[in-house]
Amino acid sequence: MIELKNVYKEFVNGEVVTKVLQGINLQIGRGEFLAIMGPSGSGKSTLMHILGFLDNISTGQYYFDNKNVSSLDDDILADYRNKKVGFVFQSFNLLPKTSVWENVRLPLLYNRGKTDLSYVDKAIKSVGLEHRKNYLSNQLSGGEKQRVAIARALVNNPDIIFADEPTGNLDSKSGIQIMSILHELSKMGKTIVVVTHESTTAKYAKRIVQIRDGEIVSDEVNKDVISTETLKGQLK
Amino acid sequence: MRFDFSTCRQTIKALKTNKMRSFLTSLGIVIGISSVIIIMSGGAGAQSLITNQIQGIGGDLLGILPGASDDEGPPAAVMGINITTLVYDDVKAIDDRVEEVVAASAYVRGIAVASWQNKTKDTSFLGTTANYMEVEGGAELSSGNFFSVDTKEERVAVLGSLVADELFGNVNPIGERVKINKESFRVVGVMKERGLVGFQNQDDQIFIPLFTAQKIMLGINYLSFARAKVAEGSDVEYVIDQVSNVLRDRHGIADPSQDDFSVRSSEETLNTLADITDALNYFLGAVAAISLLVGGIGIMNIMLVSVNESTREIGLRKAVGARRIDISLHFLIQTIILTTLGGLIGIISGVSISFLISVVAIALGYDWEFIIPISSIVLSISFTLVVALTFGWYPAQKAAKLDPIDALRYE
Repeated sequence: MIELKNVYKEFVNGEVVTKVLQGINLQIGRGEFLAIMGPSGSGKSTLMHILGFLDNISTGQYYFDNKNVSSLDDDILADYRNKKVGFVFQSFNLLPKTSVWENVRLPLLYNRGKTDLSYVDKAIKSVGLEHRKNYLSNQLSGGEKQRVAIARALVNNPDIIFADEPTGNLDSKSGIQIMSILHELSKMGKTIVVVTHESTTAKYAKRIVQIRDGEIVSDEVNKDVISTETLKGQLK
Repeated sequence: MRFDFSTCRQTIKALKTNKMRSFLTSLGIVIGISSVIIIMSGGAGAQSLITNQIQGIGGDLLGILPGASDDEGPPAAVMGINITTLVYDDVKAIDDRVEEVVAASAYVRGIAVASWQNKTKDTSFLGTTANYMEVEGGAELSSGNFFSVDTKEERVAVLGSLVADELFGNVNPIGERVKINKESFRVVGVMKERGLVGFQNQDDQIFIPLFTAQKIMLGINYLSFARAKVAEGSDVEYVIDQVSNVLRDRHGIADPSQDDFSVRSSEETLNTLADITDALNYFLGAVAAISLLVGGIGIMNIMLVSVNESTREIGLRKAVGARRIDISLHFLIQTIILTTLGGLIGIISGVSISFLISVVAIALGYDWEFIIPISSIVLSISFTLVVALTFGWYPAQKAAKLDPIDALRYE
């Protein structure tokens, strides 16, 4: 599904060149639950932005479903972001003073195909917020906001969900709740990529890729992955 | 991007979040549009007033003014310059020698303080010839007679209806003696109410014989102006030439470019005044259009602020699939809503204020018509759209070109 070949990314600011990714090789298969883990400044968020078509690579190749992403124009990349991927951000990024329903519906505004607004209700239901759908985003708790963000990421039924520090701004119980939802989505066949610097968040993923100074230092199956049942137990 | 009620609602919500700012942003457009409409409506009203005033004097009249003028511009006498070249004998000669002139009347005007018993009124006197009633089509007497002799310095007066009302009330003024600038006059007639004609309130003046006015009241021997009534069916241009020839002959002028008088038909006067009001209209319209331009710049300024404030939101929208055109339209719609709203309020207030102006003008006795030229509405709407698209384009493009990552990271 995703293949990165010798990907480099550098930011040029005047005469200062910052090398953020240095020779990344990575493959992500359909239905995987992957955590990209690394300390602050390691390049993990940049990697996620590249994977999510938000940023370009400097050199190397990025293939998505066997298509070379570098050859796609802006409008096609926008369509990819709309249909192929969903984002969950650390700071939620909900539209202020806007209802839960309208926030979740946002990606459908940019879906050029036929859209069924019942997906909005289904997505809200899947994160257990149907009783809050008419609430304004600023009337929700942090955990609820992140659940709205997940519903928004789901509404276009994407192949892959990218979550950038999804539990970073949440208390531990809300964090577990969010990871539990991502677990359920993974079980339903969605590809989940979580970017985090916390090992407590990464341990929910089935595969952990460690990144440091722009390079992958380890890529292992998580033998101690926490099962959905255990997660449910933690929530009780 | 899907255009439906929800999309527009989101845009309107963004504007409603900053109600005061949205209102102030639109205010420039409101003022600009209403100014254009008020000016164009005022211009149309003024032109109709001029037309009515000139037509009130009579369409078959020639105006003879002392002093030269070029073909298009106003005669010097209009500018308040005293020129002494036109005299009573000129008018008499026109009356006698030009066949097509039915009657020619002469005029001088002065300020008067009229009093009767203990009542006083500030007004004006018009020294004119006995054939005044014959020349001025709309003038009628309500009682008494008009004076019948020009050349005697008789102290007789015909009162305008307003002067008669204010000085005498219910008393019949005929035969009474009034004082005009301390000179005593016997009232021989009272005019019927006529209103404003030729920009002069015909009811607020006293008519006295020409020679009396010239010699006793003013101490002059020249005229302010004269009028000649042209026989029905005559070629007005030909009569103007004839009148001019008589005056040239009397003044010893061989070269028409040296004329010390000007002869105009009512129609020509009408056209000259229409030209002046047109020029004034275009000038004021251009000033109002500049205020629209300033309003447009105000809108662009606020939209740039709005784009800046919405940077993270733009990043989010791009992250969920918005194309450049979608972001561009999002902000362009905001600008269009702001300017359209401003334009609508501007049209409503412009029409309302124009209506109020006409009500006030009518109440003041002017023969004013409430006219909203369709061109003013069309001009306003098209200018609003041009402003919206021109000044909304740059902020919208700025928003559309934002890098999604930079936008999402914006603090």
